[in-house]
Amino acid sequence: MRAHTRIGFILLLTPLVLWLGLLIIIPHIDMFLISIRERISFGVYETSLAQYEKALTEPLYLRTFWRTAVMSVLATAITLVIAFPVSYYIAKMAKGRLQQVLFMLCLIPFYVSELVRTFGWMILLRETGLVSNLLQWAGLADQPVEMLYNDAAMMVGLVYTSMLFMVVPLVTTLESLDDSVIEAGYDLGGSGLSVLREIIIPHAMPGIVSGCIVVFMLSLGNYLTPTMLGGKDSLWFTEMIYNQFIVRSNWELGAAFGFMLLVLSSVIVWGMLRLTGRTLQETMG
Amino acid sequence: MSRTILLTTTLIAGLATTASADTLRLLTWGGYAPDEVIELFEQKTGHTVEVTKSNNEEMIAKLRATGGGGFDLVQPSQDRVMGPQMEFGIYKPIDMSKIDESLFIPSMLTATMANTTVNGDVYGVPHVWGTSGLVLNTAEAGDTVKDYTDLCDPAVAGKVTYRLKRPTLIGFAFAMGEDPFAAYGDEEKYKEIMGKVETKLTECKANVKTYWGGGDELMNLVRSGEVTASMAWDTGGWKLNDDNADITFVAPASGALGWIDTFVLPAKGQADDVAYEWINFVMQPEIAAMITAAAGNFTASAGADEYVEDGLKAKYQNSFPQEAIDNIKWYPPVPAGLEAIEGEVLDRVQAAN
Amino acid sequence: MTPDLECADLVKRFGETTAVDNVSFSVPPGSFFSILGPSGCGKTTIMRMIAGFLDPTSGDIRIKGKSVLDTPPNKRPVNMVFQHLALFPMMTIAENIGYGLRRQKMPKDQIARKVDEALERIGLPGIGGRKVDELSGGQKQRVAIARCMVLEPDVLLLDEPLGALDLKLREHMKVELKALQAAFDTTFVYITHDQSEALVMSDQIAVMNAGRFEQVGTGQDLYYRPDTPFVAGFIGESNRWKGRIDRVEGEALQMRTDSGLAMRATAASPLAAGDTAEIFVRPESIRLAASAEALSGFDNQLQGKVTSILFNGAASRVLVQDDAGETLEVTLPQSGEFATLKRGDAVHIGWGAAQATCFKGAA
Repeated sequence: MRAHTRIGFILLLTPLVLWLGLLIIIPHIDMFLISIRERISFGVYETSLAQYEKALTEPLYLRTFWRTAVMSVLATAITLVIAFPVSYYIAKMAKGRLQQVLFMLCLIPFYVSELVRTFGWMILLRETGLVSNLLQWAGLADQPVEMLYNDAAMMVGLVYTSMLFMVVPLVTTLESLDDSVIEAGYDLGGSGLSVLREIIIPHAMPGIVSGCIVVFMLSLGNYLTPTMLGGKDSLWFTEMIYNQFIVRSNWELGAAFGFMLLVLSSVIVWGMLRLTGRTLQETMG
Repeated sequence: MSRTILLTTTLIAGLATTASADTLRLLTWGGYAPDEVIELFEQKTGHTVEVTKSNNEEMIAKLRATGGGGFDLVQPSQDRVMGPQMEFGIYKPIDMSKIDESLFIPSMLTATMANTTVNGDVYGVPHVWGTSGLVLNTAEAGDTVKDYTDLCDPAVAGKVTYRLKRPTLIGFAFAMGEDPFAAYGDEEKYKEIMGKVETKLTECKANVKTYWGGGDELMNLVRSGEVTASMAWDTGGWKLNDDNADITFVAPASGALGWIDTFVLPAKGQADDVAYEWINFVMQPEIAAMITAAAGNFTASAGADEYVEDGLKAKYQNSFPQEAIDNIKWYPPVPAGLEAIEGEVLDRVQAAN
Repeated sequence: MTPDLECADLVKRFGETTAVDNVSFSVPPGSFFSILGPSGCGKTTIMRMIAGFLDPTSGDIRIKGKSVLDTPPNKRPVNMVFQHLALFPMMTIAENIGYGLRRQKMPKDQIARKVDEALERIGLPGIGGRKVDELSGGQKQRVAIARCMVLEPDVLLLDEPLGALDLKLREHMKVELKALQAAFDTTFVYITHDQSEALVMSDQIAVMNAGRFEQVGTGQDLYYRPDTPFVAGFIGESNRWKGRIDRVEGEALQMRTDSGLAMRATAASPLAAGDTAEIFVRPESIRLAASAEALSGFDNQLQGKVTSILFNGAASRVLVQDDAGETLEVTLPQSGEFATLKRGDAVHIGWGAAQATCFKGAA
């Protein structure tokens, strides 16, 4: 009997261990090893921290690094601000069918690939695109307007791509908030703002935190949206990693970048949990 | 237990069969292996061909990741054969006895063999060649843009696009009167040239609408009229010419940059014989003409010109008067270390405001 | 004296359905007023209108004589204890109780003092720092009341707050709620579908059915002098017979039941011979006897067989099947006289006309 349970346990655990081991841990160890070597000449490498030194001393890399981090945080914040009322409406105000329909509407963009979605935005925002034509037709602009290839367009793309991942946890936590708790807040003299601040937001905190973590990670690791919508100034850290690995064949620096990104996201997630006084266990469990 | 072993063996055997000599796994560019050519080849030989489309950088990255495995035949540009081979050892030498040399334009074959020789072994034979230069809407930018550096002219401000890749650096260097190819062996000199190019490209940034990444993106930009002048491949210009007669490829005053895509055997290729068969098959003039029709570029196949459609020939002759052909700057093999210099320049240009 | 709460001709319609149909009542200061009715009768709608979460279709709500129709819920001098209490799980007990005070911008030290006082009052001093889920059901109940009471509302609304508690605790809380009401000396409006809660605690009870008030009165009024068959049937247990009136002499009357028995009863409303009617007799009004002689003083007498004994301590009953085949519920006296009663025993039962209330039946 005991042997049986143990076999069952092992069988259940095997896929997870394999997945973690083969796809996450081993590649990361390998990446780390690559990141701490330096090319001396053809096929000759030495262990050194030169890559990290380069990454941390070259202003360009640092700037991109911070820019990516700040923009991701900003994208997360904007996503939260937009998604919160939407989620609140879906969870608390819409009833029955409408609720389902609205939820589906949030899901529909994900029926097509990210590439197609991004192209969609390009068609809308480009100089000869829909929005530009509409503005001219409405007389609001007297010449074609270029809305693509800037930080705002990139932000729109990032927020759009991340929306669902914020809405889902928010709707779930908000749905679990008893309507009468909100009513009690009003009944005891609370205004809309204070009910939001003292009751709804604290209750939704697990959803907010997990949504923010997911959206932040997605934005930080996004490659397509910044490169396609951001244009000539986009400069995203993942693009640098891609460039180092693929275009420059400089795996060593690319691996070091990858590790910096890993550390950055870990630190920011930790900070977010710390700031909200939550543990990872509470948030994810 | 024995059943497991049996199962495993079957599986391994199965895997082995799929990778056996009957299949040619080809890593190439879009248009280099049109479906009709594959069909003809499969009919004639009974082999199957699996095509993966890619570009220079990705080809090398893929082979590097597997130590030269996963494919049986790859087609990097000739300047990307020697360096990666010395660095990563991802190719294997070509047995010239298995190649029908008579199918090739002799001068091109010799040049490519010379450029891809490492330690006395030949690693590449030429296949498709072409140039990059300027794709212009001649009606709007034809008078202003004669060379790469003219892309920075205020007259075309906001209507310019080019790639942020090494051909742009090289092109600008030539247009600025430098000879970057001559400086390939001299790292200091090369750095100096690149420094100048960096300054120029940084200044020029305000003129650029966006840096294009993929061929489709470029085509869209030019076709929609959002861009009137760009740095691009010759074929792109010729294709756009079909839609709009004003748009075409123009060889810049300082010379178009010539590239040759090669056939190379990856180090762990498992179907060398099929690969040789494929090479000898596609270099036949009729087949090569089919590839030219699909890719838009001419091949190193001797005598294929006869079979090429007249329209394309006309466009080619239009873009390339004899002196322009003589002026083509062919990419020599890239020595190691240069790409790191170029990479930093490109990064800084992208980051500049 | 101005009533604390007054509802005048209150109507609430949701589309085609009328949830509250012309209800008027007033609650004098310091009293415990209950609205009792089956679920779906509209009592919660009334409460939500008083609290301000719903606007009445027509009619007026006055608190201390002033109409509150234009006052939003957070400004009304009423507070509500919700069905599931709705304590704020993200706050400590002290923060819960202090929530309303913080909204009033009361200084912190004063809030702390008030919260301590309130905790003292509900008999839970020193639990201010705890989390909501560390409290038992009864404690939460008291905190929910304290949370409202610190605001000193004119009227406290309670929406079936005992519903979620187990039976034992519910019994206990009934007494406690009444005591708290006396301690805070505030007007309570309590809605429930549980008649025993209403009967035990209330000064006044309104029995509600299908959007209307059937009867408003004290517990005794409702129990002993129901105005309508609904009240008679809803409050307490009753044996019922339907039939046609034979003859009427003032309030006294005789009815022929559908099964053919002649029964004497007292009319609750004017009735005439030939009317269809319904007689209600409470199980505890029926006397059980071994012989017919012992029942000679009663207006109605029957004999039958015990079909079942429902033992429930002091509230034990027997089911008696009479000769006509109808089953009656009769309270089993606890004097020991019938300790040996068992199934199948023949018994005699009787009751007075005064204990049998007769209502006009539905036509």
